[in-house]
Amino acid sequence: MYQIMKAEKLADKIFLMDVHAPRVAQHCEPGQFVIVKLDEKGERIPLTICDYDREAGTITIVVQEVGASTTKMGSLKEGDYFRDFTGPLGCPSEFVHEDIETLKNKKMLFVAGGVGAAPVYPQVKWLKEHGIDVDVIVGSKTKDMLILEDEMKAVAGNYYPCTDDGTYGHAGMVTTMVEELVNEGKKYDVCIAIGPMIMMKFVCLLTKKLGIPTIVSMNPIMVDGTGMCGACRLQVGDEIKFACVDGPEFDGHLVDFDQAMKRSQMYKTEEGRAMLKLQEGDTHHGGCGHCGGDE
Amino acid sequence: MADMLKKVPVREQDPKVRATNFDEVCLGYNLEEAMDEAARCLNCRNAKCIQGCPVAIDIPAFIHEVKEGNIEEAYKVIGKSSALPAICGRVCPQESQCEGKCIRGIKGEPVSIGKLERFVADYALENDIKPVGAETQNGHKVAVIGSGPSGLTCAGDLAKKGYAVTVFEALHELGGVLVYGIPEFRLPKQKVVAKEIEKVKELGVKFETNVVIGKSTMIDQLMEEEGFEAVFIGSGAGLPMFMGIPGENSNGVFSANEYLTRSNLMKAFDDSYDTPIIAGKKVAVVGGGNVAMDAARTALRLGADVHVIYRRSEAELPARVEEVHHAKEEGVVFNLLTNPKKINVDENGNISSVTVIKMELGEPDASGRRRPVEIPGSEYDIQVDTVIMALGTSPNPLISSTTKGLETNRRKCIVADEENGQTSKEGVFAGGDAVTGAATVILAMGAGKAGAKGIDEYLSGREG
Repeated sequence: MYQIMKAEKLADKIFLMDVHAPRVAQHCEPGQFVIVKLDEKGERIPLTICDYDREAGTITIVVQEVGASTTKMGSLKEGDYFRDFTGPLGCPSEFVHEDIETLKNKKMLFVAGGVGAAPVYPQVKWLKEHGIDVDVIVGSKTKDMLILEDEMKAVAGNYYPCTDDGTYGHAGMVTTMVEELVNEGKKYDVCIAIGPMIMMKFVCLLTKKLGIPTIVSMNPIMVDGTGMCGACRLQVGDEIKFACVDGPEFDGHLVDFDQAMKRSQMYKTEEGRAMLKLQEGDTHHGGCGHCGGDE
Repeated sequence: MADMLKKVPVREQDPKVRATNFDEVCLGYNLEEAMDEAARCLNCRNAKCIQGCPVAIDIPAFIHEVKEGNIEEAYKVIGKSSALPAICGRVCPQESQCEGKCIRGIKGEPVSIGKLERFVADYALENDIKPVGAETQNGHKVAVIGSGPSGLTCAGDLAKKGYAVTVFEALHELGGVLVYGIPEFRLPKQKVVAKEIEKVKELGVKFETNVVIGKSTMIDQLMEEEGFEAVFIGSGAGLPMFMGIPGENSNGVFSANEYLTRSNLMKAFDDSYDTPIIAGKKVAVVGGGNVAMDAARTALRLGADVHVIYRRSEAELPARVEEVHHAKEEGVVFNLLTNPKKINVDENGNISSVTVIKMELGEPDASGRRRPVEIPGSEYDIQVDTVIMALGTSPNPLISSTTKGLETNRRKCIVADEENGQTSKEGVFAGGDAVTGAATVILAMGAGKAGAKGIDEYLSGREG
């Protein structure tokens, strides 16, 4: 059992938790993820590591309520437990292994969309700790949905918030912001984009045009997260890769996003049913013969 | 008295009924049936059956106790050689092991050794008969990586010798392939696997789940920082293979590992669990091993029409005879001498069919099996909505790539001595599928035993 040491609501349906998992905290690096399982009957869900404290033995995760399992997780309080918490999984971000002096000469741009700010944060923080300043664009639908702003400001060289509805920062999508910075004369050697697949796809289309090598962190469906099933497989260039062991970070210009997005929709109906059952509780009638119910 | 030439028949669920549930197919012997079957044993002086058993259980001795009705004594005899009899009695391919060597088998049917072992073990589980552990601890710490059959056997044997053993498991449940791979209807999880592992715990073995060696910690750190003097790697061969044919990444194409993990480990077949599974209405399972049979029979129980597509003929099917027989009884259709060429998808991205080609058997290849050859122009489509690939697995490179000085061969298997499990790295032993590639439960147990013996010799040698 893995205890929740801190639980905090960051925005509507977005929650941050510090979880006590010393083995994970001891070995994790930016870019890696964990698999969590809430209780006996729960499913295994991958979540990117948002921060870690090796001394305290804790891992910070950010959960957005998007389905039945994450909604249950959203109701967890400080002192509650996850039954299972496995990691760190996947490969660390490439720059962790690079020479610091080489890195210092690189101009890096991070682009985060929505809760993608959570996995971007430990990378930017790691770079800051190694004396490297990077530009960070964070996009969200609206001002109230923007998360980890103070934290990000503290570690980013330049911080550019954007909102789709223009309620805060620059008005418009993250891609508009990327174009704007490049038009201002900024040059980037690498772009790291993390967020919903559709956002990563459009960032990649743009950066390909602009000639900026781009790394994305893929978030396909996973089960075990250790390479034993291939649920998370992706077409990357002419190879099939398992995101859980070969990634989750890949060359964004080689990823087949359309296929990846299609695969993400595979369980849509099952997910919808699970959500309905949770919302309607005991009043959930199921199987009336008209709606498809539970069967 | 029963017919001495034939096995006492074992009770099974009716095929029509069991095809709709996940309960165990084979119901096993009762005491009377077991004693009757035991009476068929000739109690050979130079028993060939023992040679056929990879862990060399004293078969005539335990069967003699069954014949007399001394089931607890019989359990003790088996316990000297095997830590997981309730499992092995169920899943061993006895026809090619112990029973394949039984003298009774020359003129009639061999003694039903597997079913008798299972009866004894189930009796011990039901009556809570404790295994015999070590009287004193020897103070040595050993780490076992993986809680599958080889790791459990190695841990059990070392604990019986007085070692302080900790087993590290990557998944959230213990048992390896016994929990995620072999389905409930062949091997009940709560009634058998969990209880059998409980017996290993009673021997003093500690277990830590959710630890991925190579990620959560490394073997070098276990030895240098956590005080483990020896390590046994029993991490198995869990990496699934795909065919590399067009359409293989379509929605509805699964590895058998994924399909079975969802159903067995995550209990997706049970609505009260959160993990979903796409059952499919018409399912093609590609492959002919036990994993293919398990996937096919699982899909069938989830309500699908199921085709097994296998490129050789029935005689070459690597699956256990009993499982093929059960699958046929339950209504699985076999498309033999057939191989998939591509998976076809409709405009919504769903599978519409699989294009297959007919095969014929050519000259024997290096392995001695006749090589399947395509018959040109014989392609045709089978209408399916789900495809499950059960083509075999290979060892996960996670451990070998993160452990200094651990030699692997070109199939990514860890190189280890067959007699004692010693690897190229001092203090590190290995066995089971991690060394051999995908094989059987009992061979993995045999390797776990050899590893325990090797570790015992290594550590007791160091004392002097």
